[in-house]
Amino acid sequence: MPVSTENSRLIYEALKACGVRLASALPETWLVHLIRLFEDDHEVTLVRLAKEEEGVGLSVGAHLAGVKSVMLMQNHGFLASVNGIVSVAQLYRVPLLMLISQRGGLGERDPWQTEGGGVSEHVLRALRVAYDVLDRPEHVARRVQQAQTLAESSLRPVALLLTRNLMWEEAT
Amino acid sequence: MKRLEALQAIYAQLEQCVVVTIMGAVAAEMQSLGHRPNFFYLQHGMGLASSLGLGLALCRPEKTVVVLDGDGSVLMNLGGLTTLARYRPPNLTHVVFDNESLLSVGGFPTATSTGSDLAKIAEGAGIPRVSSVRTLAAFERAFGEALRAKALTTLVAKVDAVGPGAFVTDLGLLENRFQFKRWLGER
Repeated sequence: MPVSTENSRLIYEALKACGVRLASALPETWLVHLIRLFEDDHEVTLVRLAKEEEGVGLSVGAHLAGVKSVMLMQNHGFLASVNGIVSVAQLYRVPLLMLISQRGGLGERDPWQTEGGGVSEHVLRALRVAYDVLDRPEHVARRVQQAQTLAESSLRPVALLLTRNLMWEEAT
Repeated sequence: MKRLEALQAIYAQLEQCVVVTIMGAVAAEMQSLGHRPNFFYLQHGMGLASSLGLGLALCRPEKTVVVLDGDGSVLMNLGGLTTLARYRPPNLTHVVFDNESLLSVGGFPTATSTGSDLAKIAEGAGIPRVSSVRTLAAFERAFGEALRAKALTTLVAKVDAVGPGAFVTDLGLLENRFQFKRWLGER
């Protein structure tokens, strides 16, 4: 499977450097290596979810307990989490670091992935969630740190979109 | 049994616990008994109180976490029961007040009024300890046992569909959130 192990590791190391100690995830192809890295790391509690919105609850609980966390999900997981993001994280001013694999962009071969990617940025903007794109390995460490810093200072959700160029090693 | 009586019966035991309640009647009734800094009221995000409690329980394993949930909320996040069961923190007690109704929004009947059984669902999800009670004495006993059991427990308490006259209290949402986090951070 041509998911980039190297770049998955870069993201993992950047999250570790930020002090992330709890990760919630629902498996998605591009995230398999990243999830496995967290699974093998005994310093981090990995919580495998039934549905992504639970991850908002997990992260809010972790924050109130003084623990930094990350949500790992796909576009549709983000879309499934919107109510939790608004009615818990934003209502209660809780920092939420969300890493969203941005499927459905140029090069997408799976027909079923082609709608979610198109709306995710619009929804992020509608929610007034600050976000950036992770497209190149050399940006990973800095932007993950920046996202975490803003989430903590603003006490709001912040998202990073993981693109095909970063996560997938084949040309198309 | 009335939920307010049930809350009153366990109120003293909640002093040493990390407590999360759902919105509406449960939050208002708890506050009517007396707010404490270790009580967090999730005034929206229906369904997520149990997930929030799971996050707290996993991050603070030395604390006893109590989630005071309701049938309407649990029905919105049934998958969350499977996640609770999967990680089964021994320090989490999950109380579900089942009044078979979405009382806070006008009393519309939920699926538990037509036979859906949340205790059986919790059991089927894999929650290690599940009990269902209908009387105040049984509730008090089952709650005490759950705290002592050191095993994830879901306790379904059938209660009357009655609640307070008003739901808005003078405790601000953010005031509650920051006070709760500070309390937990100091302990």
